[in-house]
Amino acid sequence: MTPLHLAVALEGTGWHPASWREPEARPTALFDAGYWADQVREAERGLLDLVTIEDGFGLQSSRPHQPDERTDQVRGRLDALLVAARVAPLTSHIGIVPTAVTTHTEPFHFSKGVATLDYVSTGRAGVRVRVSTRPDEAALVGRREIGREDAPELFDEAADWVEVVRRLWDSWEDDAEIRDAATGRFVDRDKLHYIDFEGRFFSVRGPSITPRPPQGQPLVAALAHRDYAYRLVARSCDLAFVTPQETADVEPILAEIRHEQEAAGRAEEPLHVLGDVVVFLDESAEAARDRKGRMDSRLGRELISDARILAGTPAELADLLLEWQEAGLAGARLRPGSVDHDLAQITRGLVPELQRRGAFRAAYEAGTLRGLFGLDRPANRYAA
Amino acid sequence: MPRKQIHLAAHFPGVNNTTVWSDPEAGSHIEFDSFVHFARTAERARFDFLFLAEGLRLREQNGVIYDLDVVGRPDTFTVLAALAAVTDRLGLAGTINSTFNEPYEVARQFASLDHLSAGRAAWNVVTSWDEFTGENFRRGGFLPQDKRYLRAKEFLAATWELFDSWRGDEIVADKETGEFWRPGGDFAIRSDQFDIHGRFPVPRSPQGRPVILQAGDSEEGREFAASGADAIFTRHGTLEAGQAFYADVKGRLAKYGRSPDDLKIMPAATFVLGDTEAEAQEKARHVRHQQVSPATAIKFLEQLWNRDLSDHDPDGPLPTVDPVVGENTISRGRASVRMYRDPIRTANEWRELAEAKHLSTREVIIEVTGRQNFIGTPGRVAELLDEFVQADASDGFVLVPHITPGGLDEFADTVVPLLQERGVFRTEYEGTTLREHLGLKPAPTTATTDLGTAVAE
Repeated sequence: MTPLHLAVALEGTGWHPASWREPEARPTALFDAGYWADQVREAERGLLDLVTIEDGFGLQSSRPHQPDERTDQVRGRLDALLVAARVAPLTSHIGIVPTAVTTHTEPFHFSKGVATLDYVSTGRAGVRVRVSTRPDEAALVGRREIGREDAPELFDEAADWVEVVRRLWDSWEDDAEIRDAATGRFVDRDKLHYIDFEGRFFSVRGPSITPRPPQGQPLVAALAHRDYAYRLVARSCDLAFVTPQETADVEPILAEIRHEQEAAGRAEEPLHVLGDVVVFLDESAEAARDRKGRMDSRLGRELISDARILAGTPAELADLLLEWQEAGLAGARLRPGSVDHDLAQITRGLVPELQRRGAFRAAYEAGTLRGLFGLDRPANRYAA
Repeated sequence: MPRKQIHLAAHFPGVNNTTVWSDPEAGSHIEFDSFVHFARTAERARFDFLFLAEGLRLREQNGVIYDLDVVGRPDTFTVLAALAAVTDRLGLAGTINSTFNEPYEVARQFASLDHLSAGRAAWNVVTSWDEFTGENFRRGGFLPQDKRYLRAKEFLAATWELFDSWRGDEIVADKETGEFWRPGGDFAIRSDQFDIHGRFPVPRSPQGRPVILQAGDSEEGREFAASGADAIFTRHGTLEAGQAFYADVKGRLAKYGRSPDDLKIMPAATFVLGDTEAEAQEKARHVRHQQVSPATAIKFLEQLWNRDLSDHDPDGPLPTVDPVVGENTISRGRASVRMYRDPIRTANEWRELAEAKHLSTREVIIEVTGRQNFIGTPGRVAELLDEFVQADASDGFVLVPHITPGGLDEFADTVVPLLQERGVFRTEYEGTTLREHLGLKPAPTTATTDLGTAVAE
């Protein structure tokens, strides 16, 4: 059996909006480094492939396209790239994947940021890209007006953004730094490359100010729900997060992604597709459902999510993940309902269960995030 | 009267010829281990903060990438956040450009860094306008030169409004009542450079605002620092020049309602240590020659002459032709060329120096670019540093070692204990935040300072 790939998505006190009121929750610690260090260390204890660190450009909102005035949910968060950098030196195997909002950020800044995260973590960096269609987030920068109708275009722009970031990672050849005392030259400038990207949305000259990162190309990931997002992951990503509700959804989703890969001429490129699941886990299914029920009643309604929701035992989750694997997924990205409870259920319940079934690693088998996904260090596109 | 306490910062060796990469001791300036070594040395020695410079485009000369100095550096915010994990008290200062960033994102990153370091973030505000650097950014190089300080002021004022948009008591997180917060973070800013509004997403950080640093010697730079910075970097190497600068800048604070202690003056300082004075002088001479190779000497010459002098003999006399006056087309991405406001006059000064001291081109360059301020035995250097501070030529120093990453070790082990013996440098951190290390008052809030006046001046 091919082992599953497992990721955990870290979002505040958890993915249930009422999770901060759970007995174990630490809502006042959300802005301390130690809180994030605890989560990532726990994920690493469970031998998980990676954590994603959720982020948005603006403040959280319960409404998809505008701010809200709710006072009963977690509001406020720290920059995901900096959280990632802060926890990287405290861990040694797990991949660390912060979120980047492509719509309002500079690819030049993020390219060196993720390259540096790769240095700081010695080869464990990735970046998860997303777009922002919220007009109120555009107003935070004041350079453009954006509405939800712009989404297809913003995903195209995200593809250009990733292309620039990737070219910048390659803009230094691995042996560009020569330190040749005889000629006094620190670098061989023939091994530094202008990227000269010119697209519909922007142009970037390069080269990067940061040498090629340890992995060469850190992993690029995106969450995708529909056509133009599937196109982005097919064109630009190493890793896709998708949201089947039922096992029967998996096959058509994969077919669409593979179709887009072919259309983009990337049919041969490895693209790992993980299914997202919101999880509430306990030793008994009843306890898990009770916990979720308590949070739902505080929310005032049943939780709804873009992703499948599972309240049950680690064994039930293992069954689902193996079924999805059978249908073609490479693994899952789990969204803990209440992180201070459900993350440990993943690492100490689900993981041993999968290991017993021979479906998950018993030890980290590689030192880099690419290595955990079986990806080689890629050749540099600019190397002769 | 008690002796003034010295403030010390450590500048991670940068991408210019001060950094000697050809030395056998020189290590990586990219690998994180180098930063860890450097930061831990600074923290072991109880320094106030570590400092990172930044440049957003690789420098070019004669139309090609400049290859004689260290080239390349990691991302400032990312390194500082990672260093917060391996240090406990050391301040973490980064240079961030106000032209190729937006106030919202910079404020978000500094507020995050301040949370993640438990109150140790500092920001060196720089502004550039060049289209050359702008080619790396989707927003381009849009800023006219005369709007440089206007943008910097408006940028800083905007970030202050963002930092201050949370008072610090919004998060209630009452599990019983279900009240998480009392909404805050609203802002609206409309100025020449910015038209932004919304809600800032980061709760007030331990320092409220990061410590603000400013490097700049011009009239505008001094005024900018006096209006809003917490510390200013300078290059005044002599006691007299330092005293004049100190008096001038401290004298400007009152009109902004600030007291002299509210702005620390910290010149950049290089140093060379030896067991004897003679040994230190000999080492210093050796380092200067490492820093200015024959090829580097020609490049420096071209930066002033603003023309291709690749055929010039570095061991011969200075060129007889005059510099090309006007926009510097030879060197790009280098702030120092802007200092040559009257290149012909500077060239004539160099010629007079060469004649008086019988110097070759390379020797002139060594002489005029030499930045070794403190040379001697550890005892002598400690004495000189102390004298400088007690004589009100500065409040401390930003030390610039020439070797990565071990260039601070000897200073930490030999000079710092002597400063401590003299009673002018801390033996333990007394506070936890950088603001406390620097003896600064808690950050003001928009409600208690008249930002409008500070920015309009």
